[in-house]
Amino acid sequence: MKKNRLEIWTFVTIGLLFLFFIFLIYPMFGILKQSVISEAGKFTLNEFAKFFSSSYYTGTIINSFKVTVAVTVVTLILGIPLAYFYSFYHLKGAKFLFVTSVLCGMSAPFIGAYSWIMLLGRSGVITKALAAVGIKIGSIYGFGGILFVQAFKLFPLVFIYMVGAFKNIDNSLLEAAESMGCRGIQRFFKIVISLTMPTVLAAGLLVFMRAFADFGTPLLIGEGYRTFPVEIYVQYLGENGTNHSFAAAISVIAILVTAVVFFAQKKATDRYKFSLNALHPVEKKQAKGLKGALMYLYSYGLVLLAYAPNVYIIYLSFRNCDKSVFKPGFSLGNYRAAMNKLLVRSTQNTLFLGVFTLAVIILISVLIAYLVVRRNNFANNLIDTLSMLPYIMPGSVIGIAMVIAFSKKPLVLIGTIWIMIISLVIRRMPYTIRSATATLMQIQPSIEEAALSLGSSKIKTFFKITVPMMTNGIVSGAILSWVAIVTELSSAIILYNNKTITLTMSAYVAISRGNYGIAAAFSAVLTVLTMCSLLIYLRISKSEDIKI
Amino acid sequence: MSVGITIKNALKKFNENVIIPNLSLKVRDGEFFTLLGPSGCGKTTLLRMIAGFNSIEGGDFYFNDKRVNDLEPAKRNIGMVFQNYAIFPHYTVRKNVEFGLRNRNINSQEIKDKTDRFLKLMKIDQLADRKPDRMSGGQQQRVALARALVIEPDVLLMDEPLSNLDAKLRVEMRSTIRSIQKQVGITTVYVTHDQEEAMAISDRIGVMKEGVLQQISDPKSIYQRPINQFVATFIGRSNILEGEVQVESGQAYLVVGNKGRIPINTIEQKNMENQKVIVSARPEEILLCKDDTGILQGIVKECIFLGLNTHYVVELETGDLVEMTQESTIEDILSNGTKVSVTFNAEKINLFGKKDGINIMQGVCNDICIS
Repeated sequence: MKKNRLEIWTFVTIGLLFLFFIFLIYPMFGILKQSVISEAGKFTLNEFAKFFSSSYYTGTIINSFKVTVAVTVVTLILGIPLAYFYSFYHLKGAKFLFVTSVLCGMSAPFIGAYSWIMLLGRSGVITKALAAVGIKIGSIYGFGGILFVQAFKLFPLVFIYMVGAFKNIDNSLLEAAESMGCRGIQRFFKIVISLTMPTVLAAGLLVFMRAFADFGTPLLIGEGYRTFPVEIYVQYLGENGTNHSFAAAISVIAILVTAVVFFAQKKATDRYKFSLNALHPVEKKQAKGLKGALMYLYSYGLVLLAYAPNVYIIYLSFRNCDKSVFKPGFSLGNYRAAMNKLLVRSTQNTLFLGVFTLAVIILISVLIAYLVVRRNNFANNLIDTLSMLPYIMPGSVIGIAMVIAFSKKPLVLIGTIWIMIISLVIRRMPYTIRSATATLMQIQPSIEEAALSLGSSKIKTFFKITVPMMTNGIVSGAILSWVAIVTELSSAIILYNNKTITLTMSAYVAISRGNYGIAAAFSAVLTVLTMCSLLIYLRISKSEDIKI
Repeated sequence: MSVGITIKNALKKFNENVIIPNLSLKVRDGEFFTLLGPSGCGKTTLLRMIAGFNSIEGGDFYFNDKRVNDLEPAKRNIGMVFQNYAIFPHYTVRKNVEFGLRNRNINSQEIKDKTDRFLKLMKIDQLADRKPDRMSGGQQQRVALARALVIEPDVLLMDEPLSNLDAKLRVEMRSTIRSIQKQVGITTVYVTHDQEEAMAISDRIGVMKEGVLQQISDPKSIYQRPINQFVATFIGRSNILEGEVQVESGQAYLVVGNKGRIPINTIEQKNMENQKVIVSARPEEILLCKDDTGILQGIVKECIFLGLNTHYVVELETGDLVEMTQESTIEDILSNGTKVSVTFNAEKINLFGKKDGINIMQGVCNDICIS
């Protein structure tokens, strides 16, 4: 073989670089440019100066950072014990626990906040009931509320990650520790947690990124506690006059913050470089006695509490409702009203957006994984690095970047569904690329070589051998991408319009206009949709393996 | 149709690292040729160059008269068997075996007939509809072999196909491979680091070290007349001693130690001269004398009764420790510390010239083509 033979993969590399340049580099450059170029077209750092000179603005980043760190810590504390009980003990209804907690993690970003407000808010059902017997509960608005809602929504991520990691612990390691007198709590921290530290850190990072960028929760329940995604939104589309340059500057600062966290996590993970491979997976023990009862109480208590908002929303959707006041009695009135508010169009858009985006993501991820693993060179490593950039970009930042880049000629995409697809592809791609790359790394190249030696062409080998072998790894990652796409809010809120509205956006619009009954109907449809997708997935894949 | 393989001046580099500097080789039509060497010697690299999976930095590769350097692996008509079997996990056994045939324009009846024939030949016809994930290593390797052979390739290339199997299965599979190869009559290049396996299976063996072929010959002459010390110690076990050849009126003698010498009658005529040599004697080529009639005195350091043979380690007067194997006798085993003397089986031992390290005995056979 000649060394520099042009093969099809070279063109794939060029094509991907081209796409990344247009849809990722160019918009990011646009946001950077907008943040430092004044309206007169001159270079200026005024917007940054404005941001840092006022504690009102710096406070938003500090607030975001504080609440996000708290959320990360709490989710780890909630999620790790649940994963430990699930992996090391026979719990009755384990599958139910797993599916339900996955569903919690999949619910739309603001449904939790909205539902908890209906329950525990100023005029919440529980608040009123307790007040009637003289018990006052504190406010769930502000820092505490954000923490409460986000922790319950995000702990499933930790749970899923940790269950995967615990599976790789070899039982003999635990037995070895025990034979040397290391047991119980000590063994849990010294062996179990130390062995899975890379996963703990990875889960922590993921939770951090999600919580930091979350827009819906602080908007609804934050009230006076101002976080930066809300501030960007206000500056960009707010009702009290907008300042695009200032929004761009906040975006740049937000990216810098997440980048620092990202690299700090990388650095921390480097200290724990080892691979686990369980020849003898851990044998589950029976959960017995008081210890067992407490485990059941904790596991079911946590999962059911976390899922309660979703159930309550479905219940509310059938209640009679006049604007923002729920009345006694049940009917389909909310759904009828929702039909008038684009329920059909929203559902169609949601499904189309989800299917199309997912297809594009899978295609690109498979190609990139192949290039990085099998054709490792400078250009392909560059693609790999670029594809990870969106990981540190909050959704609202991507939304703004899209508007800046594609609202003027030569490429006007704003207002079309395509811009929403592009932003979602960019946003969700890094996760699928990682899982595709990891899967491909475990496939021996000799299997592809065997196909080539049997006269199969490169393209045919890729589609008939490589892709089918990667399928399992990709599908398990894709289900979470799918749900994240369907429930997307933070970038969609900047990019949607009446034609491209989705279920999530419809629900949000209804809440913001005070149409609580209609909002409940939209949210219920969305909840059922995500529930069905997960059940269909579990049905097809016949496994309860879900990777992120 | 089977072909001969000719390799001329092959050069392989990974970046600036030269793996194979300049290698030439002829594999005959229909023969079972084994590349043998320690790990990292470049044998797998060479095999993958023949297959087309590794780039070729220099030299020419021919299948018969056709230069294949620039041919894709898919177009070389090779059958390849891998160390890790490389069975397609998402296909059944039958679909795995059919895979190569489906890449050619063959009608489905013919595909079925051929597949059935090779499934039977490899004795895996009962497994035809199973997926490979629950199959043993031996079964998987049978599938891999059937899959490689069913396309009737010009060349069969095997990369350490038995090294992942357990010892018993390895012996069983190697005779299967050998007999199938003879039945089909296909030119085969086989890579292994296991010298016993190489001896058992090959028509000829090429011993490699650091990217250079040391000797190419049939198993018997490789074992009995190794070209140099590396081959002597890599194939089987050899004791290495310093010695001297003295020629007196046309008769050569080997002198080892201070006292004794024995006549040697098998030195190649052109090498008949006084010279320092390296003596290479296999454990069975050193003979134990219970009195002091041998040419070297020594003390028994260790003895192990192995049934058929008894294994001794003896410290010689020269300070060297030698291993020797004697047929077990009915008498008592010598105990540690017993004084003994040893001599050599003069016909069988090998002497390498100290200057160039090359065997000076008669009957050394080396098919390396120097071009």
